Amino acid sequence: MGKLINPRDVYGDTLVELGEINPDIVALDADLSKSTKTCKFCYRFPNRFFNMGIAEANMVSVAAGLASCGKIPFVSTFAVFVPGRTYDQIRMSVAYSDMNVKLFSTHAGVSVGKDGVSHQMLEDLALMRVLPNMKIFIPSDPVITKKIVYLMAENKGPMYSRVGREPMEIIYDEKELEDLKIKRMLHIKDGDDLALIACGTMVKNAIEAGKELEKKGISTGIVDAWNLKPFDNHTIDKIAKKVNAILTIEEHSVIGGLGGAVAERLSETGYKGRFIRMGINDMFCESGDPRDLLEKYGLTIKHIVNQAEKMV
Amino acid sequence: MLHEARSGHTGGSLSAVDAIVALYFHHMRHNPSNPRDPDRDRFILSKGHAVPALYATLAECGYFDVGELLTLRKINSRLQGHPANTKTPGIEVSTGSLGQGLSFGIGVALAGKLDGKDYNVYVMVGDGETDEGQIWEAAAAASHYKLDNLTALLDRNRLQIDGFTEDVMALEVASERWRAFGWNVLEVDGHNMREILDVLHKADAHKNQPTMIILHTVKGKGVSFMENKVQYHGVAPTDEEYKKAIKELDELEKKILEKYEKRR
Repeated sequence: MGKLINPRDVYGDTLVELGEINPDIVALDADLSKSTKTCKFCYRFPNRFFNMGIAEANMVSVAAGLASCGKIPFVSTFAVFVPGRTYDQIRMSVAYSDMNVKLFSTHAGVSVGKDGVSHQMLEDLALMRVLPNMKIFIPSDPVITKKIVYLMAENKGPMYSRVGREPMEIIYDEKELEDLKIKRMLHIKDGDDLALIACGTMVKNAIEAGKELEKKGISTGIVDAWNLKPFDNHTIDKIAKKVNAILTIEEHSVIGGLGGAVAERLSETGYKGRFIRMGINDMFCESGDPRDLLEKYGLTIKHIVNQAEKMV
Repeated sequence: MLHEARSGHTGGSLSAVDAIVALYFHHMRHNPSNPRDPDRDRFILSKGHAVPALYATLAECGYFDVGELLTLRKINSRLQGHPANTKTPGIEVSTGSLGQGLSFGIGVALAGKLDGKDYNVYVMVGDGETDEGQIWEAAAAASHYKLDNLTALLDRNRLQIDGFTEDVMALEVASERWRAFGWNVLEVDGHNMREILDVLHKADAHKNQPTMIILHTVKGKGVSFMENKVQYHGVAPTDEEYKKAIKELDELEKKILEKYEKRR
């Protein structure tokens, strides 16, 4: 296993880096700055950091007000709270008002672990995907996390990004991501039999599963759907022409997230191959060690390999 | 406008309009030919359903043509049923889902402090709107950050959709609530121009605290049969009501002008 880096640390450090370059960058948190790592920004730029207390609805609308004056607010807390608690504030003050607000949430997914269902956000991608004007980015490793934070700061408009609680292995080197473009998924590897389309924490698992499948003689393509919205129909269409089996994998409900988005495109374009969504199957999970949870709820490398084998 | 649209919120627009007129014509620094001037004072209508009062004021100020007012709530119009900043010049943020405008105003006030700008931020909040929890999150935050460049105006018309505020969800003593949250609280007759202007100056001059101006108002003000009537919250006047209301308002206008001429 490669070196592990926590994407939350990358987020906090990158925010400081951006803060040095651009005085308009400000950050807001709701009493979780030590967990989201916006505390790093607070230490460096105390005047440009606003702790809004445990009051997320207010925080989101305050960020919109800051954005209306040319500030670039990064809003952070756990994903269960933003967007979880604040759908209407995001809808009205941010998306409909088209404000340049950057929502960067942490502790998304079941791998939050022992805190249990109250803290395991598995519906955020669905919630944000239905909002006009919203762009969605899901980092799959520490390197792309940094790239995405830059991209959020440098491009105008409402944006949402989420990372998990756990450290991540490095997948990319910076050079590979030099010309990362919005609305262009990352084609990690080509394959003729099957394509694994994954996002966030599941990209690494998909890569490892792909290696196992190749050993078994199944030519496997791997795609990192880091940019869920605006959706890259082009890449999906290309894959659909090439392979007879497509499997999506995400640490999110199978409804409305990556699997939902791919399913919509495939059915609209008349895909004739096999298609399966892997994720959390429309249920609440439970407390437990992150590894035990991913094992029980079916999101390990082994689960991906087993599912893929059945499809080709 | 509302009669032409055949829908909209008559009562709450009439209770709010005097303070809005006072702000735009006699108090705020703003420029209708440059609605995005970074140094402008901001007005945010958190009780978005009273937007006909704001549209009429913006049109009279020259943000857009008065004739456009009759397109309110119609297809392809810039004048949406509730405020939409992406469509209408002079609107700061989209509202209409209650409780969010005061928080937005806090963001604008924080940005003003960060940039060392001297603009003021005015947010009009409905009395029924203060049922929303977010209003109290905002109340705490505004005093925590000592936002003396922020003034809220509470349209205390004492009615909300389902009845009197004190029956639906009691909010008295409103002034004590806001004081307890760390605000400077002023109260005024929300239909007395001179008093409104006087209190706005006091609010601007107050330091280290946000100010809440409680505007004691009458829902449906100016139209005898609408005043204090809950049934005029969310409906437009019928043809007959419209004629009667316009007649009353015309008479009122005549009286005001006569009084004004006499003074001169």
